[in-house]
Amino acid sequence: MAYSPDSQTGADAARVADGTLFDRIWRQHVIAESGRGASLLAVDRIFLHERTGSIALKSLSDRGRTVLDPARVFCTMDHIVDTMPGRGDQTRVPGGSEFITATRAATRAAGIRLFDVGDPDQGIVHVIAPELGITLPGATVVCPDSHTCTQGALGAFGWGIGSTDAEHALATGTLWAHRPRALLVRCDGHLGPGVSAKDLCLALISRYGAAGGRGHAVEYAGSAVTALDIEGRLTLCNMATEFAAMTALIGPDDQTYEYLATRPFAPHAAAWDRAVNHWRTLRSAPDAVFDREISIDATAVEPMVTWGTSPEHAVAVTGRVPEPPSGASREAHQRALSYMGVVPGTPLAELRIDGAFIGSCTNSRLSDLRRAARLVDGRHVAAGVRAICVPGSSAVKRAAEAEGLDRMFRGAGFEWRESGCSMCFYAGGESFGHRERVVSSTNRNFESRQGPETRTHIASPETVAASAIAGRIADVREFFA
Amino acid sequence: MDKFTVFTAVAAPLIRPNIDTDAIIPSREMRTVSKQGLAGGLFAGWRYREIGSREPAPEFVLNQPAYAGAGILLAGDNFGCGSSREHAVWALREFGIRAVLAPSFAPIFHANCVRNGVLPAELPVAPIAALSAVVEADPVRHVVTIDLEAQEVCAPGAGPFRFAIDAESREMLLGGLDAIELTLKRQPAIDDFLSRDKRERPWIYLT
Repeated sequence: MAYSPDSQTGADAARVADGTLFDRIWRQHVIAESGRGASLLAVDRIFLHERTGSIALKSLSDRGRTVLDPARVFCTMDHIVDTMPGRGDQTRVPGGSEFITATRAATRAAGIRLFDVGDPDQGIVHVIAPELGITLPGATVVCPDSHTCTQGALGAFGWGIGSTDAEHALATGTLWAHRPRALLVRCDGHLGPGVSAKDLCLALISRYGAAGGRGHAVEYAGSAVTALDIEGRLTLCNMATEFAAMTALIGPDDQTYEYLATRPFAPHAAAWDRAVNHWRTLRSAPDAVFDREISIDATAVEPMVTWGTSPEHAVAVTGRVPEPPSGASREAHQRALSYMGVVPGTPLAELRIDGAFIGSCTNSRLSDLRRAARLVDGRHVAAGVRAICVPGSSAVKRAAEAEGLDRMFRGAGFEWRESGCSMCFYAGGESFGHRERVVSSTNRNFESRQGPETRTHIASPETVAASAIAGRIADVREFFA
Repeated sequence: MDKFTVFTAVAAPLIRPNIDTDAIIPSREMRTVSKQGLAGGLFAGWRYREIGSREPAPEFVLNQPAYAGAGILLAGDNFGCGSSREHAVWALREFGIRAVLAPSFAPIFHANCVRNGVLPAELPVAPIAALSAVVEADPVRHVVTIDLEAQEVCAPGAGPFRFAIDAESREMLLGGLDAIELTLKRQPAIDDFLSRDKRERPWIYLT
């Protein structure tokens, strides 16, 4: 049906979106209705990290409240923890060790499982939650972190919340939410060589805008989506928040069950069989009606890179920095040009870089590192480029080392780090330099996100690897010639 | 939490699309496990001459004398996008901002506002431009008044304009309500759900 946001109310949305995957998960979790449009939803899994989880636990305990079901709450150290080899509780972030020690004390007091510094299962929350089988198809998953939508790759309903709502979820096992409209993003065709899930989501956001998914739950479907492995699906769902969507999800399939089958927190034996039977019902009906539909021809998607300071400022790597449009966004466009130090008409591939970063909850999983390592193996990072690779979890790091990826990265001149969010954002500690140009496999190119006045260009890990070698933004496909 | 009913204050126009929570409060300004002490970091990247300094950048709207004591922000589309950090709202609130008027808000930021007694009022581009024009002519005398009960905003010579807010958020703000308290009144429904769900989806419940 035609998309007309102004005529849609929550009640209309509930009627037209019957039969979608999201609809099924939503209805399974409704405990009560407020009578004013919000639903009280059961929360199946809560994740915390030391940046925003610490304050939620502290505030909860200050108010004399307790965690309802600690067995379904998990916490990790990822945002502030140092990623330098040999790390401990000390970090370069001002006040950082307080976050770490406070989180440790608060999780212990609440009886919450913590993946602490040094724990073999430590890692970025959105990497370890699937990796450990904590996230399951059909489950509701929340975390005081905007990228919780990542979990939708397994057919879960994950969404980011603030610290006060995290307190609410911890205390009651529930959250109030307004039901989003259902948006089908159908990606048919197949991604070409050197093009990956990151490029697909940047293409979507550049086409429909950074607010393009507002008020919606996105379901990704189509042949290019089912062809993605689980790690690619995690990348795709990860940036739903950059699209302003409440969440994104992908119907679980045999790949999903295969991925989860041996994970430590996933069900086992008879419970597994029963769960899979339930999960097989979690799909949009053939006649499901979405509130809105978008089609993307995956075959036409090229490697994408951002030129500005919003994820919507993305173009094909073969493209040029665009001219400012007329109208309301002109000033923001000009401001972005000035911040980034780029001139309209300049080919992206002529921009020389100072830094290259592979990591973050978007692109730090084993398959990401494999694709990047293959490109840098036997080559060397260009003179003057600082290149860093930060695995998304301690398990990813071990697996990468077991197959020698660390040697490929190190041999090419990359730093090889311990896992964590690291330089995806600048928190007063480590950063790239003033006005340095960095190509980064992360999710945000906001002003000063990676360092004081640092100029971030978001791209896939393979584009970051190719650019690090070339010393400029590079089309990874040049390396296949 | 303080109730939000009628609020009159100096309004500051900061009309850019996609103002993100990193811009509202950079990560480097979140130094302690606390909801307090954040106002100094509000818009730090734009408000000060350089990163790390506290020397005001004179061109930034909140540093201009005419906008001293601003309690309302007039903003662009998709305000509060990016990180879920509630520190963005805590910093705004501590600085004295009780309401943001924008064509749209990022969803997590919107919820964080309501949880902290800050009004996120949705107003289309044209009335925001009209309010800005009036305010910019004389920020001190042309104060903006927001009436949440009536869902209207006006300034001398502009409006009243009706703004949008969902019924739930409006109720929470008008009453200064605490969501956890309200939810705990639903305990029987929660218990019923759990006993049924534990039979239907036992694998969800870990021990």
